[in-house]
Amino acid sequence: MLQLKVTDLCVGYDSNVVAEHLNFQVESGDYLCIVGENGSGKSTLMRTILGLQHPISGSIVYYDGLSKNEIGYLPQQTVVQRDFPASVSEIVISGFQGKMGLLPFYSAQQKKGALDAMEKMGITHLQKRCYRELSGGQQQRVLLARALCATSKILLLDEPVSGLDPKVTAEMYALISELNRQGISIIMISHDISAAIKYASHILHIDNDVFYGTKESYLASEKGKAFMGIDGGEKND
Amino acid sequence: MIEVFTKLQTYFEYPFVRYALIVGLLIAVCSSLLGVTLVLKRYSFIGDGLSHVAFGAMAIAGVMHFSNQMVLVLPVTILAAILLLAGGKKRKIKGDAAIAMISVGSLALGYMVMNIFPSKSGNVSGDVCSTLFGSTSILTLSQFDVWLCVILSFVVLLVYVLFYNKIFAVTFDESFASATGTNAGAYNLMIAVIIAIIIVLAMNLVGSLLISALVIFPALSAMRVFKTFKSVTICSAIFSAVCAVLGILISVLASTPVGSTIVGVDVAAFCIFWIIGIIRRKN
Repeated sequence: MLQLKVTDLCVGYDSNVVAEHLNFQVESGDYLCIVGENGSGKSTLMRTILGLQHPISGSIVYYDGLSKNEIGYLPQQTVVQRDFPASVSEIVISGFQGKMGLLPFYSAQQKKGALDAMEKMGITHLQKRCYRELSGGQQQRVLLARALCATSKILLLDEPVSGLDPKVTAEMYALISELNRQGISIIMISHDISAAIKYASHILHIDNDVFYGTKESYLASEKGKAFMGIDGGEKND
Repeated sequence: MIEVFTKLQTYFEYPFVRYALIVGLLIAVCSSLLGVTLVLKRYSFIGDGLSHVAFGAMAIAGVMHFSNQMVLVLPVTILAAILLLAGGKKRKIKGDAAIAMISVGSLALGYMVMNIFPSKSGNVSGDVCSTLFGSTSILTLSQFDVWLCVILSFVVLLVYVLFYNKIFAVTFDESFASATGTNAGAYNLMIAVIIAIIIVLAMNLVGSLLISALVIFPALSAMRVFKTFKSVTICSAIFSAVCAVLGILISVLASTPVGSTIVGVDVAAFCIFWIIGIIRRKN
């Protein structure tokens, strides 16, 4: 079922265009990877999809009754978070905030939901721990659990493995794939094209000419071939 | 020891001492609650900036012979707070620079106005000093001031408790909050308005130069020792209340200036918490 359709989108700051002619769509269960050079506009595109900034032109339409408080988001870490005094469970349950409206306190059902999300991410034993004392991989799991509280439909991830070591990176990718298998659509930004090819079902490559299509057609395209030429041999999975 | 208690007892027979204690306690608790958010958002100096704005507004209100200075001071300070906090990332001049600019600008303007149009007492340096350092104004509160302060403090406390979870979400991760449907802009606006109200109230207590102390010391001290947002918030409120009461009592007994005594107690208590934090980490 169609969840998100982006038509001739142009994104940027003020009137500085960062990326344009973006056309793609996400159906439920898709795993879309957005790749491209640094500065090609991947993060700007994601911020625009999330409604954190306005598009310069073009349209973003959500289908399937998807409203803003049903989207999960895993942002990159900010400086503020690194020394923030907060327990894991406080952070995870804050994922429900978008659904709260003006209600002041979390319901018992939401507290249970937060526990389930922590269970899924394998961080139940950390729930009383302080966020800033966790390792990078554990922190990402906490933020992913928070994103799961916000959504059961679509998850947007901004460089989820940056700064993680190879073992933790592999665990993180496996976790994301598992969520995708459970039916959550994934939109992930990555500059790691080999991982994108390994896990994604669709690729959006932002460049001067934008590529969008399935992983198979990407591998058959000029762009995919050029990439395979440099970094070949990793496509078999 | 008994002498101290009898001395305190005689002082407590005066209503102005009781008023000072009530007002000081409430303001200290309110400012410490918001302090946690402000310190974490890297806005520690907003207390300083806004209080200088309030100083400037107070000088102008004095010159224009307003019967109640609050009428001018409160709206002007709220406006400045909104400009500083709610503009967010879109502004061209960023956080610290904007605060510094507004802060020194209004400080200069206020002092200038006070000099050009001296008040009836004719004691410019005395007036300036009492506005900057609070001097004895907390001991000269009228019943109206006390009631205003009590009502506003309870409103602030109520709003803080009701919006506690939202304030946490917006402080920890503004992008996530607004991406997933929380109206982060509105809550930032709310925080800005509340902090402006607290600062205007707190000017009576410690004066405009020392307000930052009430905002940052409780939060920083609590963060040395505690590790969850809830425990940090509760600890900083208690910390601030205890320091304010101790400070006021000491200043009454030792006839020291109220504002700087409270801040002195805050500094000493911060050092204790800092050491506790170090010992805890070593274990």
